[in-house]
Amino acid sequence: MRRALGSLALAAAAAGVWELYKWLGSDDGTTVAGVRILPRADDLSMPHLWTVLARLGDPELTGGDPIWQVLLRACLTTLGIVAVGFAAGALVGLVLAVLMERFRFAERGLLPYVVLSQTVPLVALAPLISGWGGTIMPQWATVSVIAAYLAFFPVAVGLLRGLQSPPPEAVELMRSYSAGWWHTLVKLRLPAATPFLFPALRLAGAAAVVGAVVGEISTGTKGGIGRLVIEYSREATTDPAKVYTAMLGAVLLGLAVTGLLVGAQRLFARGVAT
Amino acid sequence: MIELSGVTKVFNPGRPDEVPAVAAGDLRVGAGEFVSLIGPSGCGKSTLLRLIADLLPPTAGTVTVAGKPAAQARKERRYGMVFQKAGLFDWRTVRRNVELPLELRGTGRSERRARAQEMLELVGLSDFAGHYPAQLSGGMQQRVSIARALADAPPLLLMDEPFGALDEMTRERLQGELLRICAATGTTVVFVTHSIDEAVFLSGRVVVMSARPGRVTEVVEIPLGERNEAVRQAPEFFEAVTEVRRALRAPKSEEAPEAAESPKNTSVPAQLEAS
Repeated sequence: MRRALGSLALAAAAAGVWELYKWLGSDDGTTVAGVRILPRADDLSMPHLWTVLARLGDPELTGGDPIWQVLLRACLTTLGIVAVGFAAGALVGLVLAVLMERFRFAERGLLPYVVLSQTVPLVALAPLISGWGGTIMPQWATVSVIAAYLAFFPVAVGLLRGLQSPPPEAVELMRSYSAGWWHTLVKLRLPAATPFLFPALRLAGAAAVVGAVVGEISTGTKGGIGRLVIEYSREATTDPAKVYTAMLGAVLLGLAVTGLLVGAQRLFARGVAT
Repeated sequence: MIELSGVTKVFNPGRPDEVPAVAAGDLRVGAGEFVSLIGPSGCGKSTLLRLIADLLPPTAGTVTVAGKPAAQARKERRYGMVFQKAGLFDWRTVRRNVELPLELRGTGRSERRARAQEMLELVGLSDFAGHYPAQLSGGMQQRVSIARALADAPPLLLMDEPFGALDEMTRERLQGELLRICAATGTTVVFVTHSIDEAVFLSGRVVVMSARPGRVTEVVEIPLGERNEAVRQAPEFFEAVTEVRRALRAPKSEEAPEAAESPKNTSVPAQLEAS
């Protein structure tokens, strides 16, 4: 309750800052030595928040559904893509982490590539992955692949640390029971890794959302929130509030995914405690 | 129960950082005996214990536990192990920690419960079965770890400085409890320690080791009979302590005279080793 109030207060403060700047700031922005260091505060660049909220209720196009409905549908579509991408990424991360823990040579051989994978520009990969759409998988699944590509990384790295976290005595203890690799994994390493796993999953969730939004844009997949951000930004000069409604949707999607993961963690903790 | 003959352990053999940890160790421990390994730190006493436990393979020589090669004894779970750190699993309750070896053996749930309860009663912690390790004191954690080691009813208990991290009062109380438990279960114990008092109070025999390479220099018989708290004040106890201390300080046997090592052996104050 207290935390919810705190979050609301923070959101209200952010809204206040927005409106305050809009009121005080110059419409042309503040320029120092030819460089604009503060943004323009005119209605085109920074519409009033109430304009944005009001825009949510208006039809997307003349005679169409109100924007909030369109956004909701788009967010749900993207949420589905994120869920698939997140699950696939987490699974790949898990398998990689277990492999790297099991085989020292796998850690030495794979880990640099795991790190390297995240430095490849996603936009460069997108056309390649996009080409799979409609042939070996539906178009939306290519976006999931991109989300998974970003999501597997924190899981692989975080879980590897977690799997390696048991102290030597604990490993010796399992050996003294002549417990094999599987039992040591299930009874010792995985439970010991959960404090590392959940923060990693939360990072993976955020990465999956970013991956899905960027993936929708760069693969040109229709129906999701990322696509709406791009579509609406084309109307920025005529309907600036509309752009912000799409951004609002993307933010709420990210919050929803994080919230779901925190909820899952709580459920898990309760399940373990009983 | 245990037979070591000509056991040698060299870490990183053939490399520049080669370390001879244990040299030509011969040792016999009979069933029901309580034997302590004592020596300065780095003398290979923990290594020797791990050779018995088959947690390390010997470089040379043979280790026999309960009439079988050490590797087979480990596979058949003929021993329980207690470390200096209790090493309980934080995410398991006390009861489930004690159940762990039984779980790995595939024992049924109800039998596991009963056995864990029995073991917790033995160490006086049956009221704490539902607690988590983090809620217990160091001494209680170590008692849980002993209960866990005994849950499988192994004939042999290998203990690596189990009370080394505890305060003196807790340590003395647990020593008494350990003797009571071992008498009740008839368990053979090999006990690594760096405390002379502890070794003398607990053991029938004290195996004295010297460092680099670790070798058994002397085995001191402790003729103290029945142990109770009064024994700690008995003149025979202090005689035995003096005897072990002398053995610890004694220069090495003639076959391995190491001038550089002997001053260290004689100059280390006994209080330091006992602390």
